[in-house]
Amino acid sequence: MKARVHITLKDGVLDPQGKAIGDSLRRIGYTSVSGVRQGKLIELDIDEKDRRRAAAEVERMCKDLLANPVIESYAIELDGVG
Amino acid sequence: MKAGVVVFPDSNCDRDVMVALRAASGGEPVVLWHKESSVPPLDLIVLPGGFSYGDYLRPGAMAAHSPIMRAVKERATAGTPVLAICNGFQVACEAGLLPGALLRNASLKYVCRDVHLRVEQSQTVFTARYAQGQVVRIPVGHHDGNYVADAATLDRLEGEGRVAFRYVTPEGEPTAGANPNGSARNIAGVFNETRTVLGLMPHPERLADIRLGGTDGRAMFESLVEALA
Repeated sequence: MKARVHITLKDGVLDPQGKAIGDSLRRIGYTSVSGVRQGKLIELDIDEKDRRRAAAEVERMCKDLLANPVIESYAIELDGVG
Repeated sequence: MKAGVVVFPDSNCDRDVMVALRAASGGEPVVLWHKESSVPPLDLIVLPGGFSYGDYLRPGAMAAHSPIMRAVKERATAGTPVLAICNGFQVACEAGLLPGALLRNASLKYVCRDVHLRVEQSQTVFTARYAQGQVVRIPVGHHDGNYVADAATLDRLEGEGRVAFRYVTPEGEPTAGANPNGSARNIAGVFNETRTVLGLMPHPERLADIRLGGTDGRAMFESLVEALA
């Protein structure tokens, strides 16, 4: 099964990279951009056919390593069999 | 004092801190390789600066889960002092030894220069040789030193006297201009609840010998030797 974990900085945590991207977009003419948050995407291949067990496993991975709960939030997406 | 210095892949200040420890104690620190799962009896554990595991995922995140850190956490919990410098501070936060996290510098630039710090808490094994409120000059060299924690955590740190150092002007004022990385409330270093774990972004080991251009960092190593020898 494939899982995708989207990790973003929590609301209220300053994102200087997002801000720099927003500044650049506006500078080249995309003046409609009023905010940018940069995150990361982690794709996992998991040897697990049961959707619920896979979701629980990825949830634990997020808590243990993939995301830092002090500064980041995450969203899990599953696809494939199940 | 028997000190141990943890070495992760891509630690690069381990030798510098060993020079400073040797100079202050006359003793020989032991090297603790990241793959080891136990540590010998020690008076002090140092998590040195560097770019452990290439800063992959988040600075300090991989190192925080290396085998040696399980043993370091056990020792820290039992009261063994831990000095966590720069990348070591990031590792200590990721490992849950210290509150908060270190984000990319607000300027997005790597900053490498001397900064002024105000000693906010001199009643600890790390800082006893400094005077309360003393301003010292210590170098920083980092890309991810922007200390963040939620407001409640910051209030608790302040209220419990757990802010160790603050970035200040040479006159001792914590201004925005004196803050090299955007850290919340100009915080440069913090203690755990028992003040036996210190994490800080600046490098005291880099100005601990007059031949390096200054000695303001030396008092930290002398404080430790005095308290732990």
